[in-house]
Amino acid sequence: MRRRRRSGTLMPARTEVPDGTIHDDGRTVLDARDVSRALTRISHEILERNRGAESLVLLGIHTRGVPLAQRIAEKIQAVEGTPVDVGTLDVTMYRDDLRSHPTRAPHHTQMPAGGVDGKVVVLVDDVLFSGRTIRAALDAVADLGRPDVVRLAVLVDRGHRELPIRADHVGKNLPSARTERVGVRLAEIDGIDEVRISGGGS
Amino acid sequence: MKKHLLSIDDLSRDDIEALFETAAEMHDVQHRSVKKLPALRGRTVINLFFEDSTRTRSSFEIAGKWLSADVINISAKGSSASKGESLRDTVLTVTAMGIDGLVMRHGASGAAHQVAGWLDVPVVNAGDGMHEHPTQALLDAYTLRRRLGSLEGRHVAIVGDLTHSRVFRSNIKCLAMLGARVTVVAPPTLMPAGIDAWAKDAGFGTSWDLDEVLAEEPDAVMMLRVQRERMSGGYFPTAREYTVGYGLTRERLAMLKPDAPICHPGPMNRGLEIAPEAADAAASAVLDQVSAGVAIRMSVLYHLIAGPNEGVTP
Repeated sequence: MRRRRRSGTLMPARTEVPDGTIHDDGRTVLDARDVSRALTRISHEILERNRGAESLVLLGIHTRGVPLAQRIAEKIQAVEGTPVDVGTLDVTMYRDDLRSHPTRAPHHTQMPAGGVDGKVVVLVDDVLFSGRTIRAALDAVADLGRPDVVRLAVLVDRGHRELPIRADHVGKNLPSARTERVGVRLAEIDGIDEVRISGGGS
Repeated sequence: MKKHLLSIDDLSRDDIEALFETAAEMHDVQHRSVKKLPALRGRTVINLFFEDSTRTRSSFEIAGKWLSADVINISAKGSSASKGESLRDTVLTVTAMGIDGLVMRHGASGAAHQVAGWLDVPVVNAGDGMHEHPTQALLDAYTLRRRLGSLEGRHVAIVGDLTHSRVFRSNIKCLAMLGARVTVVAPPTLMPAGIDAWAKDAGFGTSWDLDEVLAEEPDAVMMLRVQRERMSGGYFPTAREYTVGYGLTRERLAMLKPDAPICHPGPMNRGLEIAPEAADAAASAVLDQVSAGVAIRMSVLYHLIAGPNEGVTP
């Protein structure tokens, strides 16, 4: 189903550090152009699957799903010429590991004016890993209304699911060891677009 | 954030910001069709009230329920406390049932503090005698911030019975921490002893003359309730004289900036400390305070109870 497996994007470990914050042994797996291309493809896939932008609602999951949803919405608007509803979703209160971490203030959940009832909701997140965030997001959406369909778009799927959850649209499948860290950095938050993988010791 | 919320002193500026940020999200939940968050699912909270209360207790009850906690209300009237059980036995008994948090109101100053020392679970002070009422101060400051934007440098007048007011004692700390300038106004008989030194220390102003303070056009006015149950000491000759000197009358309402929020912790004595015109004025924040009360209490319960209870000792 996901025919376009990207190849040749693995780059050697980085020696140059633009802002001096990266100092791990990691490597960049997606650079800014790769991220942009992946989001363009996801946008087209969403449109294809939905047969247009009709009743689409993109919900970005905090933190990095939020700018991703915004970018996908812009790309869809560029293709279709009509604006797409975008919202933000915070799943803090719905997490199953609340008890194991000190509490933190939730981010803002912002629903589009039209709500999600009867809509085609596409959840957008940066990395799909255990699936627990998406489980929480599904519960959160259920409390906000009753969409007709809920789909999932992620920039990176790194495997290791702990729940029966799968993404509908994936920017890049990134097989990884559990011990490795996959870091998504986005211009809106981190000043640069890239996906890096590091750690794991292999 | 500390384990218990007994006094505003338990909170740092960062804690207050986190509580407000969370409360803002909780406020949104109040307007949803499904008013429920699962954060305290499987947790049990007891509201133990040794004093009468309607809004504080129901507000804590709603807050706990909207976070999916099981909430049990125990009021001292009709409970074992009225049969002569000691405070310690009462709280140890209810916590022995296996609860995750205790919200407590008691007529004795320091009661919540004492109880917190006996228990492993978080204790929230919902008013202890003439000492503190931290969630009230938080919701007042939260309401004012929503109305005024920042509280930095804003002038807030707190008017009424200061001697007996825990609301005032918590508010003075909370507002100061958020950068507001506070002037407290009361008749000399209702000024706590030694307030001058305290005011100098904490940096708030005091006055016996409400009109003089209102002439400075404060950014907000907070009226305190005349606690009729505590007014047997002859603090003022008649209710009428209190109103003339310290009530927010129609005439004084006209002296306020039109958009200056008017707060009252409730229950209001209409016609005594606050005229109906002021209570129902467009700038009145009284009902906002009530709705903010639920959001703030959800925020407090979430931060105190949802995380790991590190204090648990076997």
